[in-house]
Amino acid sequence: MRDERMFGVEETARESGLSRRSFVKMVAGGIVLFFTVGELPSLLAQRQQRNLPSDFNAFLHIGEDGRVTCFTGKIEMGQGVVTSLAQMIADEMDVELANIDMIMGDTDLCPWDMGTFGSMTTRVFGPALRLAAAEARMVLVELASEKLNIPINKLSTENGTVFNTEDRSARISYAQLASGKKIIRHATGTVKVKEPSEFRIMATPVTRRDGEEKVTGSAKYSGDIRLPDMLYASILCPPFHGAKLLSVDVAGAKKYPGAQVIRQEDFIAVLHPHPDIAAKALVEITPKFDAPTSPLDSENIFDHLLKVAPEGKVIASEGDLTAGEKESKEIIEQTYFDGYKAHAPMETHTALVDAGGEKVTVWASTQNPFTAKEEVAKELGISPEHVRLMPVFVGGGFGGKTHNTQIIEAARLSKISGKPVQVCWNREEEFFYDAFRPAAIVKIRSGVSGSGKMHFWNYRVYYAGDRGAAQFYTIPNQSTVVYSSGWGGAEGSHPFTTGPWRAPGNNTNTFARESQIDEMAARIGADPLAFRMDNLSDKRMRRVLLAAAEKFGWKPAPAPSGRGWGIACGIDAGTYVAAMAEVAVEKSSGNISVKRVVCAQDMGLSVNPEGAALQMEGCITMGLGYALREDLRFRGGKIFDHNFDTYEIPRFSWLPKIETVIIDDKHADPHGGGEPAIILMGAAVGNALFDAAGIRMVRLPMIPERVKKALDAKKG
Amino acid sequence: MEDSIRFTLNGIATNLTADPDRTLLWVLRTDLGLTGTKYGCGEGICGSCTVLVDGEPVRACQVLIKSTSGKNIVTIEGLSSNGKLHPLQQAFMDHDALQCGYCTPGMIMTAYGLLQKNPRPSYTQIIDGMEDNLCRCGAHNRIVAAIQSASHAMEGGNGHER
Repeated sequence: MRDERMFGVEETARESGLSRRSFVKMVAGGIVLFFTVGELPSLLAQRQQRNLPSDFNAFLHIGEDGRVTCFTGKIEMGQGVVTSLAQMIADEMDVELANIDMIMGDTDLCPWDMGTFGSMTTRVFGPALRLAAAEARMVLVELASEKLNIPINKLSTENGTVFNTEDRSARISYAQLASGKKIIRHATGTVKVKEPSEFRIMATPVTRRDGEEKVTGSAKYSGDIRLPDMLYASILCPPFHGAKLLSVDVAGAKKYPGAQVIRQEDFIAVLHPHPDIAAKALVEITPKFDAPTSPLDSENIFDHLLKVAPEGKVIASEGDLTAGEKESKEIIEQTYFDGYKAHAPMETHTALVDAGGEKVTVWASTQNPFTAKEEVAKELGISPEHVRLMPVFVGGGFGGKTHNTQIIEAARLSKISGKPVQVCWNREEEFFYDAFRPAAIVKIRSGVSGSGKMHFWNYRVYYAGDRGAAQFYTIPNQSTVVYSSGWGGAEGSHPFTTGPWRAPGNNTNTFARESQIDEMAARIGADPLAFRMDNLSDKRMRRVLLAAAEKFGWKPAPAPSGRGWGIACGIDAGTYVAAMAEVAVEKSSGNISVKRVVCAQDMGLSVNPEGAALQMEGCITMGLGYALREDLRFRGGKIFDHNFDTYEIPRFSWLPKIETVIIDDKHADPHGGGEPAIILMGAAVGNALFDAAGIRMVRLPMIPERVKKALDAKKG
Repeated sequence: MEDSIRFTLNGIATNLTADPDRTLLWVLRTDLGLTGTKYGCGEGICGSCTVLVDGEPVRACQVLIKSTSGKNIVTIEGLSSNGKLHPLQQAFMDHDALQCGYCTPGMIMTAYGLLQKNPRPSYTQIIDGMEDNLCRCGAHNRIVAAIQSASHAMEGGNGHER
């Protein structure tokens, strides 16, 4: 091989790490292309004293059968990357989509990955994957050039074959090229990816590749794995957050033959070969807990959060707020509130751990298998290379499955019992241990000039974080301050664990911003769309708003017009979105029904338009939940919502007519698709309600009781 | 406390020894290894565990195994025949009527029950019939479209319309 980029196997092995050596060993033959995605984990690796690969974090393998396999630590939880990533490879390599295999989230076979969240798979991993696939194709062309003795510039590729453009009978398949070889390369990122005009598979709608397994029931989720001698656990759950166990009598559980009671201080579990019997036996255990002391509940939480809020951080500032306020004709001040939300995936947190063998094997519903691997190793006091997470389907995550408590529980129980143990949280536990989307408050004071321009904007957000907080309208005098960064909150702020929830923070920030914008438009008697356009210079936002308006058939009128039309727009994960909603409100009950939602999205290159539309529809439907009903009720650390009877998520009868528009921008980089549209639903519905009835809801969700109260107050 | 229970499962005569007070859901999932039927809520609210007992869609988490004696049970695994997908399964695939896929078996079994009773349901009848099955990913509108197209396909007896 003449190419300087080529590494011999031995050379590769000498280089950095065990990890790569084991990958190379694993691959019997064929061509392997290592590549790098985003920031390398070397700093983290140093900190953790781990031997992580320092110069790649994903790889492609072209097998001796011509099939192409992508190994990545990303996981599939419904968002559809198992399809869109394969499309990128197939297109760049000129291989049929059916000949691409995706190996995802297996911590022994896939290189380290931070986790699947933040809409990063397509926008961060995607471009690197395309470069690597393009380079893999070039390696094959070079090999063919040698083999066929034809110059590279006369060769082209199609359907897994390299051929001579001047004599199509001179051809060789990828399988033949990879056969009997073991070639290891590192992608240099210098090979050009395809132009959009050359796409055959990307930017074309493709249905899901995991469809058949999922409609036949053969798709394996972690709760579906069966091992010989495995046991199922039911674990004692405290009645409220912060509860202390005073005493416990476990004798009752023993009336169930085969039930094994495990107790380590406050950690009490029943193991049984049948999960339902383990659950029944647990009921027979009689614990005594202390009484709750926390004075916090779902109503007084906002005062508490404002009281304990840390110093704010200015994230954007321009002009002079005081002067801006003086020069404004209309000034509006409003505080917005958003309660706690559950992730409520249909699959509860589940894990099966077999800690019996030399290698601890884990099947788990997790968004971050490599983090889980470290956590299990730490819990069991072993080295992480003795832990392996296996690939399984994940039944919805939405950010909630970045917390792996159930895996730790299963690991602990497997170690104690010496048997494989499955932990599958019941629905009540899922509603108790969830890392909820935090309650948050946004205070806005803003003003409009005599000419209908926004003139000042004073924005302070508490506990939602900075995602979506910064302003994108053109406002000469403005300030954005974020109190308590991110979703966590300091000790003593939230009464239970909080965490990232689909488009973290942005749902709250966009609800507040877009409600306030609407209020300003109404105050000066402007049409909500015209007012936004008058205050926007950002071309992408203008384009996406106009695209939504065209599809919706927006006709200008100041709100409240009685039509029940509302607008919201925003940016998330690099993607621009705008939505228009039509609602009707039942005056006697305060019940809002959403009739129609139109959503336009500019996500740059849309790799799989079908998958992108599916995600937008999912965002719109799921978003109706936090807009209309989802509100976790609690007092003194006790969660009152245990199941879907009181914690209402969107159902078929809620379904509006949904229309999506994807703005085709094949030359742009791909941006996020799984989260953006959900950020709009609070404000789109709230603004439509204002247009319908002239009432402004400043607190999410807009449950009928609150709407009814506002309607009655307006009537006077 | 264990009893012998006989029923027909996906067309096959099945004889099982189990505690009669156990639920059908866990007997299917553990004793019989049919894991397509999912646990979602444990209280019959979400529909993830829907199976057919004598042609009626029921919540397996609410059915005691003793009540199934002599009955005919069909789970998602029993819906396709001779390796050919049922038109509902095919329609769910064609419409991308799923994301994470966890609620999908229950959705399909409930839709199956609906179409048995009413082969050509209106949009409103589909919404009503599916109302008590929950999906968190928000695939609802495609599920409705899939049921509509399966209904056409089943009536025509060959292929299915888009």
